[in-house]
Amino acid sequence: MTVTHETIGKGEVLLAVDQVSLSFGGIKAITDVSFDIRKGEIRAIIGPNGAGKTSMLNVINGFYHPQQGKITFKGQTRSKMRPSVAASQGIARTFQNVALFKGMSTLDNIMSGRTLKMNSHFFWQCFRHGPAMAEEIRHREFVEDIIDFLEIQAIRKVPVGKLPYGLQKRVELGRALAMEPDLLLLDEPMAGMNLEEKEDMSRFIIDVNTQYGTTIALIEHDMGVVMDLSDRVVVLEYGRKLADGTPDEVKADQNVIDAYLGVAH
Amino acid sequence: MDILFKVLIDPFLQMGAMPDLFVQTIWDGFVTGVLYALIALGFVLIFKASGVFNFAQGIMVVFAALTLVGLYEMGLPAPLAVLVTLGVMFVLAVAIERVVLRPLVNQPDIILFMATFGITYFLIGLGELIFGGNPKQMITDQLYLPRGAIEVKMLGGFVQFQKIDIAAAVIAVVMIVALAVFFQKTRIGRALRAVADSHKAALSVGISLNQIWVIVWFTAGIVALVTGIMWGARSDVSFGLQVIALKALPVLILGGFTSVPGAIVGGLIIGIGEKLGEFYWGPLVGGGIESWLAYCIALGFLLFRPQGLFGDKIIERI
Ligand SMILES: Nc1ncnc2c1ncn2[C@@H]1O[C@H](COP(=O)(O)OP(=O)(O)OP(=O)(O)O)[C@@H](O)[C@H]1O
Ligand SMILES: [Mg+2]
Repeated sequence: MTVTHETIGKGEVLLAVDQVSLSFGGIKAITDVSFDIRKGEIRAIIGPNGAGKTSMLNVINGFYHPQQGKITFKGQTRSKMRPSVAASQGIARTFQNVALFKGMSTLDNIMSGRTLKMNSHFFWQCFRHGPAMAEEIRHREFVEDIIDFLEIQAIRKVPVGKLPYGLQKRVELGRALAMEPDLLLLDEPMAGMNLEEKEDMSRFIIDVNTQYGTTIALIEHDMGVVMDLSDRVVVLEYGRKLADGTPDEVKADQNVIDAYLGVAH
Repeated sequence: MDILFKVLIDPFLQMGAMPDLFVQTIWDGFVTGVLYALIALGFVLIFKASGVFNFAQGIMVVFAALTLVGLYEMGLPAPLAVLVTLGVMFVLAVAIERVVLRPLVNQPDIILFMATFGITYFLIGLGELIFGGNPKQMITDQLYLPRGAIEVKMLGGFVQFQKIDIAAAVIAVVMIVALAVFFQKTRIGRALRAVADSHKAALSVGISLNQIWVIVWFTAGIVALVTGIMWGARSDVSFGLQVIALKALPVLILGGFTSVPGAIVGGLIIGIGEKLGEFYWGPLVGGGIESWLAYCIALGFLLFRPQGLFGDKIIERI
């Protein structure tokens, strides 16, 4: 995989949400939340069920449009993202309840992550000839690299609907990686996994971050994982920001202990 | 006893006694079924990609055929009229995406369904305004479609194959194969299948839903034009034709709303079943059963396979 180097150096702000509020009718999903994600870091977003974590990812990649606040990505400030803009600007994501193309093979699913990288003319695409054929082969090689990286060679041709949940999550990660994202949003990538699968997934996340320099925003309920992987943690509760800092700072925060770590899970 | 004999035994004796007639009935049913399948195919394409049950599919068939004939009557040579009609169907697809789908995205399905009623009446009005409300003759000869019939001697009698029916079957098969290749082998096809599987995942990888919707509605428009030409050549081109869309519903119940093979097999079952029923059982009830028999066949299947022949089994998470 190639790494696209930005003019922004490591440690600079890649994405910032500023005083974002989002509601659905009467339900306030997010209230006045601000935080930032720095280039190259793994940023965890934690909080109890219904805290607004997924909603925040949806705001960042443009699925939800907040009523208030601003989103700054790569220096450009917007009041709302659009999914097409987010994707083309380098934001990729996975979903809490795996959203794959069930009828397609693992290979085709990951290939779909290359959609925006393909630019041969529509006409050629229809016939799979000439420039489009050469392009297809190049992208195919890229995707095979990802498949090797995620150790899923054995299921390349299997329709993903038939795969066990843990593998589906891995394919979904592969599809996001195929986009060569600058910012990768992972919504509970380890939910429903056994210990071994969790360890594999943790390793992939760390490798993606260190080898390719991809910035990662991670929602996760497993505190062990969060504390191990992340550089900084933001804590949400009832749609509000409760704490923000390094894992150690957050662990020591009295509000967090009361409100979140204190509750049995 | 007598009635049981007439229903359960006599029709089969008749089939055996005059096998040539039986084959003729099957063939007639097959051709009708092919056309039902094409209409159902238009529904399935749109339903899969945009989740919309397109009530306007029937009227799109009429509108396309009417535009073609109307343009010809206005003096355009037939091949050019076909091209311009395709252009009109493309503009229609773009307009529907812009004016109907885009503003109503994320609204409940029933609202989009109602919107397709709007499209239906809009197209009827537009068609009548431009081309008038009178039935027209399909320009069969000008499109180089064959006329007449071939009589084949078989099974102790003759079976008649209308050349236009043969052409319809061949064209339908070619189109279905072309669509299958398009969906399976091209990148656009992959994107289409992606959208059909999961809107949000498709959006997240940067597939443009708007572009896909235009392509799908345009494809459905092309299917509608072909259906309109074939159907128009067998009767005439008028707004009355839109009732054939009602025949697509049992086909969809049978085949499953999301399955292309289902639409094809369902179309053939309904087409053939209807003709057999009409011919062999119709006289028992004084004929005219063609209009409702399709629904009976579909309901019969529904009892055993609620998801249709090929439809995905839907298990709601509770
Ligand atoms: N599309 C929606 N329509 C209505 N309410 C919504 C929608 N999406 C989220 N909500 C509401 O917003 C609140 C926050 O939900 P969200 O899914 O963001 O929580 P979460 O932190 O991801 O929780 P979990 O840990 O259970 O995934 C909840 O009350 C939820 O019901
Ligand atoms: Mg969530």
